[in-house]
Amino acid sequence: MATATTGRKVTWGVLDLLVIAFALIPVLWILSLSFKTKDTLTDGSFWPQQWTLKNYADIFQTSEFLRALVNSIGIAIISTLIAVVFGTMAAYAIARLEFPGKRLLVGLSLLIAMFPQVSLVTPLFNIERGLGLFDTWPGLILPYITFALPLSIYTLSAFFREIPWELEKAAKMDGATPAQAFRKVIAPLAAPGVFTTAILVFILCWNDFLFAISLTSTTASRTVPAALSFFTGSSQFEDPTGQVSAAAVVITIPIIIFVLFFQRRIVAGLTSGAVKG
Amino acid sequence: MTVQNPSAATEPGVVDGHEVVSHRKSRPALSEGKRAERRLGLWLCAPAFIVMIAVTGYPIVYSIWLSLQRYDLRFPAQHEFIGFANYAAVLTNSYWWTSFGITMFLTVVSVAIEFVLGMALALLLHRTLVGRGLVRTVALIPYGIVTVVAAFSWYFAWTPKTGYLANALGSGAAPLTDQWPSLFIIILAEVWKTTPFMALLLMAGLALVPEDLLKAASMDGASAWQRFTKVMLPVMKPAILVALLFRTLDAFRIFDNIYVLTSGAQDTGSVSMMTYDNLVKGLNLGIGSTMAVLIFITVAIIAFLFIKVFGTAAPGSDDGGKR
Repeated sequence: MATATTGRKVTWGVLDLLVIAFALIPVLWILSLSFKTKDTLTDGSFWPQQWTLKNYADIFQTSEFLRALVNSIGIAIISTLIAVVFGTMAAYAIARLEFPGKRLLVGLSLLIAMFPQVSLVTPLFNIERGLGLFDTWPGLILPYITFALPLSIYTLSAFFREIPWELEKAAKMDGATPAQAFRKVIAPLAAPGVFTTAILVFILCWNDFLFAISLTSTTASRTVPAALSFFTGSSQFEDPTGQVSAAAVVITIPIIIFVLFFQRRIVAGLTSGAVKG
Repeated sequence: MTVQNPSAATEPGVVDGHEVVSHRKSRPALSEGKRAERRLGLWLCAPAFIVMIAVTGYPIVYSIWLSLQRYDLRFPAQHEFIGFANYAAVLTNSYWWTSFGITMFLTVVSVAIEFVLGMALALLLHRTLVGRGLVRTVALIPYGIVTVVAAFSWYFAWTPKTGYLANALGSGAAPLTDQWPSLFIIILAEVWKTTPFMALLLMAGLALVPEDLLKAASMDGASAWQRFTKVMLPVMKPAILVALLFRTLDAFRIFDNIYVLTSGAQDTGSVSMMTYDNLVKGLNLGIGSTMAVLIFITVAIIAFLFIKVFGTAAPGSDDGGKR
């Protein structure tokens, strides 16, 4: 039996390696491009023959990239905060309270999760021009919150349903004030769900391209994904490949960090939110 | 098991409203506590509700209104109400139907491939004996990565001279300048990016398959394939349908990959790409809104087919607190 188990382990190991290679090759490739020197950029080799940090130095010297990075970070964080706060309130109500219109809210969230964003681009473009929101942070934050809310409501209500709420009552019986019961008992139980949701929502906002490219026109609010598509190098004769790659690597870093440290939570959050509802 | 607050004994219920529980209506007059609870519930939901309605509901209605007008920002003087003329113009336009066909083709092919690969990956993530944590972590990277970043990686990989993949095809090969190779690369990029998400959704379904049932089937002499098709697939059906529904609607919106890889050249543009071009290059709000409404209707039809024909349980319906 020992050999059979070893054989199976080897099979699984080989399959694991295939998946890992499949998942990592495009990431390693863009990383490799970002370290290539100008002369070796078109040599077609997977690994850099000559390494350089010049591409990174270059992008951090352009205000175009720095500004886009600030926009991306600011817009994603503000959208995440608001979507998670609103989502927490709504999810708490859905999980714990009885009130009319609950099904309406759940249904609406579902509709929006399926909504084709591109259908909003043309009308929002005109509405935002009228309101002076076009090419501003709030002009992007609003649609981001909207599309993050269904995700955050679903994920959080799934988490909240798992919390043993009777502990709150027990704490109060033991003499805790409502505030203490919340701070000492409920908040620590709810925090992991809220945190996981925040990661998922951040990834969603960080990833957006369609709104970022349609509802902005200058560096005032253009985020990195949109700015990347406008990178042309410092002159029209310069190949922007190295700089695009370096910028792409920079915005991939937070994602890699989240995935490395919070893999378990992301999996739990995605599966509970999407399937269980 | 989920522990319920007594006052929350009724779960959120079923979205499509077919299984509305009626015992709420027969309840006696509300006590002060119940009324306070309802008020609190409404107040807590109000911000989320208002934002969602304001940013989607109003624009889609406004979009319908715009689609009935001739409204081109380059020629503001010609702004007038023209009824359904925009719809006639779009629906008789061969470019619209081409990109509609391309979008459908990309959607069906990429979702089909993702489903097969996603199922394989889900089984692997669920069952693998070695390095489960590592492989789960790595498989999440495509999910998290910015689509545009991944698209650039594929774009450079298939660029002649620069890319290792283009060079592997032989010198002079420029796959992104032909329609079919481009479509293949777009599908590859889509599949790479979204297979992990599909796999995670399927894995959640896989977790619901009772281990005893598989053992029993195995004892009765069922082969691995039979266990998969006769035991696992039926149990997983709801999770599969939800995963397919979400991915189909998502794939239908395809934009980022096409924008970076081909910008819609050589007849590779999706309907999203065409709507975007119309807005940014054409500044034609009337035609753009018409397309917006048509895409919205198409998505609604796809969702309707999934829910009514295949019986996809609407996500959000309660499944009894099972994990």
